[in-house]
Amino acid sequence: MMTPLKKAGLAAALLVGFASQMSALSLNGAGSTFIYPLASKWFYSYQQDKGVEINYQSIGSGAGIQQLQSQTVDFGATDAFMTEEQMSAVQGGVIHLPATMGAVAVVYNVAGVDTGLKLDGSTLSKIFLGTISNWNDPAIAALNSGVSLPDLKITVVHRADGSGTTSIFTDYLTKVSTAWATTAGHSTAIKWPAGVGAKGNEAVAGVVRQVNGAIGYVEFAYAIQTKMAYAKLKNKAGAYIDPSMDSVSKAAEGALRRMPEDFRVSFTNASGEESYPICGFTWFLVPAKIADHAKGQALVDFLNWSMDEGQKMAPSLNYAALPDSLVEKVKAKIATIQF
Amino acid sequence: MSSTVTTPETSPGSAPAPSFGNNLKASRSALPSGDRVFEGLVAGAAGVIPLLAAAMLLLLAVASWTCFQEQGFGFFTTQDWDPVKEHFGMLAFAYGTLASSAIALLTAGPIGVGIALAITEFTKPKYREIAAWVVETLSAIPSVIFGLWGMFVMAPFMRAHIEPLLVHIPGPFFREAGTGLSLLTAGLVVGIMILPTVMAVCREVFNAIPISMRESALALGSTRWEAVRLAVLAPSTPGIIGALILGMGRALGETMAVTMVIGNRAEISTNLLAPSDSLASAIANQFAEAASPGHLSALAALGFVLFLITMLLNMAARLLVWAVANRVRH
Amino acid sequence: MAENLFKVDVKRARIDRLMRGLCWAGLAVALVPLLSLLFMVITRGWHRLDLDFFMHLPRPVGIPGGGMSNALVGSIELVAIASVIGMPIGVLAGIFLAEYGDNRFAKTVRFYADVLSGVPSIVTGIFAYQLVVKPMHGFSGLAGGFALSLMMIPLIARITEEVVRLVPTGLREAALALGVPRWRSIVSVVVRTAMSGIATGLLLAATRVASETAPLLFTAFNNQFWPSGLNQPTASLTVQIFTYAISPYQEWQDVAWTGALVLLMMVLLASLASRLTVSKNRQIQL
Repeated sequence: MMTPLKKAGLAAALLVGFASQMSALSLNGAGSTFIYPLASKWFYSYQQDKGVEINYQSIGSGAGIQQLQSQTVDFGATDAFMTEEQMSAVQGGVIHLPATMGAVAVVYNVAGVDTGLKLDGSTLSKIFLGTISNWNDPAIAALNSGVSLPDLKITVVHRADGSGTTSIFTDYLTKVSTAWATTAGHSTAIKWPAGVGAKGNEAVAGVVRQVNGAIGYVEFAYAIQTKMAYAKLKNKAGAYIDPSMDSVSKAAEGALRRMPEDFRVSFTNASGEESYPICGFTWFLVPAKIADHAKGQALVDFLNWSMDEGQKMAPSLNYAALPDSLVEKVKAKIATIQF
Repeated sequence: MSSTVTTPETSPGSAPAPSFGNNLKASRSALPSGDRVFEGLVAGAAGVIPLLAAAMLLLLAVASWTCFQEQGFGFFTTQDWDPVKEHFGMLAFAYGTLASSAIALLTAGPIGVGIALAITEFTKPKYREIAAWVVETLSAIPSVIFGLWGMFVMAPFMRAHIEPLLVHIPGPFFREAGTGLSLLTAGLVVGIMILPTVMAVCREVFNAIPISMRESALALGSTRWEAVRLAVLAPSTPGIIGALILGMGRALGETMAVTMVIGNRAEISTNLLAPSDSLASAIANQFAEAASPGHLSALAALGFVLFLITMLLNMAARLLVWAVANRVRH
Repeated sequence: MAENLFKVDVKRARIDRLMRGLCWAGLAVALVPLLSLLFMVITRGWHRLDLDFFMHLPRPVGIPGGGMSNALVGSIELVAIASVIGMPIGVLAGIFLAEYGDNRFAKTVRFYADVLSGVPSIVTGIFAYQLVVKPMHGFSGLAGGFALSLMMIPLIARITEEVVRLVPTGLREAALALGVPRWRSIVSVVVRTAMSGIATGLLLAATRVASETAPLLFTAFNNQFWPSGLNQPTASLTVQIFTYAISPYQEWQDVAWTGALVLLMMVLLASLASRLTVSKNRQIQL
């Protein structure tokens, strides 16, 4: 039944499978897709530098939490911080460590309308609720005098799969719109009042690009990479701000003042003149007590590295580096990990 | 399957003349135990299958229990799917699964049989293998690639060229054009995906019919098509249904490709051009990020429902085969 | 009289041409998406089809020369494990159904084989996760291979059954008449005759699981490096393609398409090799 080809393949595979890479240690992590491009750069560089292999897979924030609870991975990463209930399911306790920050951009595709359309929280939520269904609606026009808006149906595009990006986006909408809060709420996956779903940031970007009149939300990196038109959003202070690493950092500074000891905070709709309203942390989730001493040491070493070397790599990939004062606090927290 | 007997050139069972009596004794006692061992072996292997099915069903039932407790019977009757309010219902997804699979079968069935016929009956023998090989490569393409193709090529094509034409058809099925991400697109993409399975099995079934059958029909003066219809299609009906059942199985469970083109909207609508969602797609999309026990349980419940639907449809298909077979046997 | 006969013949001839034409049209219709897909995979995957792809491990964005060497080997490894588990069980089960299959037990087996082939691959993956990954407290190539084998077994069993059934009864009777023990007649005569059909089934199943993604996400997981054993997360082409394809970076998407192209090529080659090596002794004329 097995052709010679298959037999050879099997033999080769088994051979390679058993041949060790001769690296002393390997760790496994799982979670957020948001941080994946940055994380893969970190782990690659770290392996080149220190020889420790850290294998991270972006199966989703919720899945990362699940795996951490099942003890099948050594650490997780999430865009939405864990609830008390989830935390209690991790043996020995779990620590949240901010790793990086990112923004969610509102992208759109309307023929004749350039990038930089102004939108505020109320209008944005009405669009996603479906109550504003045409681009030439007076509410949009009121914010954008001088822009000629066509008579075109709005096609809302949202995420089909559960995601941290959705979590951050809906968290913002919940804060700025009571209608949204009571109808849809916020989570990694919700019941969307309007629109079609696309799987993954890439698909949302893809559909928005193809359909005239579409509007959607994607990680900021996507908007930049695919050169899409994105909106200026009105922040809490009343200014219209573009998403950028700068405006994200400014938003984080606002959050720093009321940062809880365990770092579990959301800073959407942050105060500050130059803050961008839709941004969030991605946290590493680490067990408070690690049984394997060698693994614990390796993990802690990496975490400290991520706070120093790692943060320097963030801007080139459109991620915002953590503010220095926050880095100090995170390092202090890392020192409390027992192994 | 090694034998205790003999060199290859002697036919099995024959013995060299001198020790005739001994060999007869040997082969007689070898008969029952060899057969028994073999029977046990194959039966055991076969038994793995219902065991697996039972284990899976059990796992799904246990995992869904919380959901059934919290949602009650309403889970089976409501379209509402709200992870935030923890209110779950399977109706929209079940509709999507059934409708998209139906479209897939309606596409893949006739076309698959047609291709199998074209390859086995109407092609010169030397081209047959190549033609079969070409279509079988379709089965090698990963589901995720089909999904990407569906999203970047098929859906825009549907939106730009096909939907504007379809909306002219009166009736509830093509009421309003959409984004190309729709029930229809999903059904068509899955149809293309199950085509190789249907075609390959049909091909095997058609090939097994002796040439003499076709020749007798032709000798009686039938056209090529009539010969095929009488000598090949008629006796193959149960085999064709078997092929369709295999295809249906895959269609019901297809995940990646469906989720990328179906539009992911948990809402029942007769409009085939509207976005929809399917059981498998919902599970795949939400499982990774579902962190609340209620949500996870609801997803397991969707899996349970899908399992049940698959069982029911298979039962119905079997009844169909039985009915056809009984009608034929007159 | 003669004209009437002639008229009937014309009508039948027309139907004949129409139906044959439709069958060919079916082939053409099937070819359109296939060619469109192949075109897309080739034009997008072609750029990165270089030595780096086959020799290097994945690299992050901004660092050129990343590849899928570990994913290539990983996929072969996973299919191999799945085959070792799934093929024997599937073929034996298929033989059982064909040869000893007239009882209630066999009917149950057949029914559940069809049901199992309809289970979404993600559910199979979750099942394997509960059964293998959780107890082992870790993702592994073994778990991934196990998950894939679950998908292979029903498919192989059913196709084997269909194909073995088609072997003419005359052959079996001839073998038995020669005094061959039943099991031997099945193995050496019946199965041997059905061999090419069985091989088709095995190949279909192997290529089908080689292109699966969902069952591997929570079993084999994926790995940016080489696994140090079968009990470690293992990279696979499909999962890596999936991860890269939905990313925003052109360089990763390019590699994803190349991965798809290579997967396709591997399967085509396997298919070709299988066709060439299995002997064609199936058309028994009686």
